[in-house]
Amino acid sequence: MATAVAADDALWAAVADPTRRRVLDALLEHGEATTTTLAQGLPVTRQAVAKHLAVLNRVGLVAGRRRGREVRYTVRPERLDDATEAMVRVAAQWDGRLARIKRLAESAQAEAGIDF
Amino acid sequence: MAADSVEREILIEASPEVVWNVITEPEQISRWFSDDAEVEGRAGADGTLTWSPGGRGGDKEFDAIVPIRVVEAEPFRRFSFRWNHPEGAGPDENNSALVEFSLIEEVDGTRLRVVESGIDAVTHDEEDKARYLEEHEHGWEKHLGEMLDYVASKPRGATR
Repeated sequence: MATAVAADDALWAAVADPTRRRVLDALLEHGEATTTTLAQGLPVTRQAVAKHLAVLNRVGLVAGRRRGREVRYTVRPERLDDATEAMVRVAAQWDGRLARIKRLAESAQAEAGIDF
Repeated sequence: MAADSVEREILIEASPEVVWNVITEPEQISRWFSDDAEVEGRAGADGTLTWSPGGRGGDKEFDAIVPIRVVEAEPFRRFSFRWNHPEGAGPDENNSALVEFSLIEEVDGTRLRVVESGIDAVTHDEEDKARYLEEHEHGWEKHLGEMLDYVASKPRGATR
């Protein structure tokens, strides 16, 4: 629930970091992946990915499962939902508004007859 | 950046003066933000943003009127306001969200950055909950798609 979001600052902090969102994104695409696999597709080191996964694991956004010598991670969608619902919605709304501001300003600029 | 904030930006091929007018003039605000806006672009000004689901000439019964108070208005550079506070109450950091626009002049035009913070302060009301629940009736798949779109969008990019 949205109210749970406010109650859980750690969850917010976990998804507020852009690199962690990229790690989550990569993990969502893979379904299940190891630290090494994830690091291959991201412009960060394996150590950095491991650190971000640890943060995400601590707040319950991802779960790790040991398979022999490696740990395979998956996203826990129910937690992701709680943490990001409001943020995703707000970000999408601002994208729309900024795009409209851009159109209005650029057409006003064109009418004024000065190129940019 | 606070944990419950969203930051987006866009490059606009227009001067800061032109962009400033679009984001602060009521008749322009109603073209990119709400359906109607009564607010002055000066610090301390109280106003309202109105959304009319039935259209401008439609049934006023369903209008959503949201209070707004301008916090900062530094022409062509900074414009910020608080909104979504309870009707009749003064806005503060516990009952409203803060929206901050910065205009940065660049060779190609103006970089417009927006930061909205205090989102968790305004996601408690019934309307928000209702919308939340309604959105979730469409299921996790839809949400996942939005999440992927959001994460996949360029960092700091806001060009869709």
